[in-house]
Amino acid sequence: MLPVSMDDLAEKANLLRAEVVKMLVNAGTGHSAGPLGSADFWTMLYFGGLINYKVDDPWWEERDRVVLSAGHYCPILYAVLAEAGFFPKSLLATLRQLGSKLQGHPVARSLPGIETSSGPLGQGISQAVGMALAAKMDSKKWRVVCFMGDGEQDEGQVWEAYLCAAKYHLSNLTIVVDRNNIQIDGHTEEVMPLDSLSEKLAAFNLNVIEVDGHNLEEIAAALTRAKVIFEKPTAIILRTIPGKDVDFMENEPAWHGKAPGVGEAVEALSELRKIRTLGGRISND
Amino acid sequence: MFLIEDLKNSPMMAMRDGYGEGVVEAGKRNGMVVVLVADLTESTRTDLFKTEFPERFFEMGISEQNMMGVAAGMAYSGKVPFVNSYACFNPGRNWEQMRLSVCLSGNNVKVIGGHAGFGNGTDGGNQQMFEDIALTRVLPHLTVVVPADYEQAKKMALAMADFFGPVYMRMTKPKRPTVTTVGTPLTIGRAQVLRSGKDVSVFACGVMVYEALVAAEEVASEIDVEVINVHTIKPLDKETIIASARKTKKVVTAEEHSIIGGLGGAIAELLAEEYPVRVKRVGMRDKFGETGEPDELLVKYGMTKEAIIGKIKELV
Repeated sequence: MLPVSMDDLAEKANLLRAEVVKMLVNAGTGHSAGPLGSADFWTMLYFGGLINYKVDDPWWEERDRVVLSAGHYCPILYAVLAEAGFFPKSLLATLRQLGSKLQGHPVARSLPGIETSSGPLGQGISQAVGMALAAKMDSKKWRVVCFMGDGEQDEGQVWEAYLCAAKYHLSNLTIVVDRNNIQIDGHTEEVMPLDSLSEKLAAFNLNVIEVDGHNLEEIAAALTRAKVIFEKPTAIILRTIPGKDVDFMENEPAWHGKAPGVGEAVEALSELRKIRTLGGRISND
Repeated sequence: MFLIEDLKNSPMMAMRDGYGEGVVEAGKRNGMVVVLVADLTESTRTDLFKTEFPERFFEMGISEQNMMGVAAGMAYSGKVPFVNSYACFNPGRNWEQMRLSVCLSGNNVKVIGGHAGFGNGTDGGNQQMFEDIALTRVLPHLTVVVPADYEQAKKMALAMADFFGPVYMRMTKPKRPTVTTVGTPLTIGRAQVLRSGKDVSVFACGVMVYEALVAAEEVASEIDVEVINVHTIKPLDKETIIASARKTKKVVTAEEHSIIGGLGGAIAELLAEEYPVRVKRVGMRDKFGETGEPDELLVKYGMTKEAIIGKIKELV
């Protein structure tokens, strides 16, 4: 039983998308598509009862570790952490400003809930592997969830890390790849073809689960399933729409690494509001 | 007492053997010490640790980038990882991982670059690393150390394990004359005046410490040379270095590394700002190496006691 209903979670994801738009327009720079596209996943992860954490004791030794390998997704992680209560929501407006703890890309422990530094792609997964190895050495029950982009899979380090994760049978590691098919220079299949990603990951001896990244039940089921696979790490491929629920951003590589201007933000917020109030409930169909 | 007395007949020993023994001792004293290696277990002498503590030894395959990141991940849980390979790969291949996952994040990881300088002699210029001190010295939060011999490498392994924060240590491969003894103290960050003198200061690190001491002996009848072992390149022991330069007003640096960005660069930068005196640098002069025995190469590329004597004489 989940503590909240799926409708509540969907509405929360929608509100977090709006929060992301506000943070980005305020900052003037940053990445729009990925954070909006993955909002459903992050909402489910933190509010769907799928990981252990304590907001009043953020470095609690037994917490599950959430490693953001694709650091440019940080607006949605910051928004989710603030929503969960790790730090005041008022800080969100300081993203990318001088003196802010909300650095343009995350810095380890600069804020409660930020486990690692990221930005240069491919580095988070190795650190996640190291954490999972340390947990196994010490017979700890906590798990590691590592969130990655699909463009990030171009980095060779990522595949070194997968070899290592499989070697050490890191069943306490769940890898999540946001398969939104875009990266800065265009569609992934044009920049550097990645398909079949699931076959590649399976060939690296990972337990692969593909889900609709906007279907909360599927996300929850996959994260739960990962906990009962004892032989190998699990890789969840989240199929998402970049820029989800902001029509002019959806599936547009141009919005990968760009923040909305004021006019665009007003339009984006209005679209998100419309979805939120559609007949009193959210429909993503 | 703190120095081998008969330098010309001092025992030939390899730094890596000292390190290998030291890291085992560190593992005995601290259960959090773990060792990672990228398919060079015997070469890096971490086979000793593997035998002693198989459950704390991690073979990472030929994946230096991942190895550095895994070490950072383990450090988050309080482990004290020693990350091992040749200097040309570690930090040559995984410098960016050291920068972000280790240094920017403040992780307590010890990076060990073996076979630096001409250590890989006959393997050729591809693996002879003369750029690693320059690469590491620029990284904030990172401490950079270069032991002078077997004994110092052994002590350094223990000192690094006790020291909280990221450290890079470079070593050469071949057996080299030892200069320090079991009783010689070692403190990270404190340079060692191994021989006092008043005419010229020679600041050396690694295998060039021995060459500098022999050079000083050979010119002793005419020039009184001070020899200082700068085993910690960063943070530099400014006090000791400036005090010596103030006394002699003539400085020679000696290292088995590029004269750009290494010990010589560090000392020249410090003295230019704090106490400008003439500085002559012995080291690799902006070149790549080539195949040959380390001893032949050191002669060909000018990293010998003769080269140090030459620079000393240019100054007096």
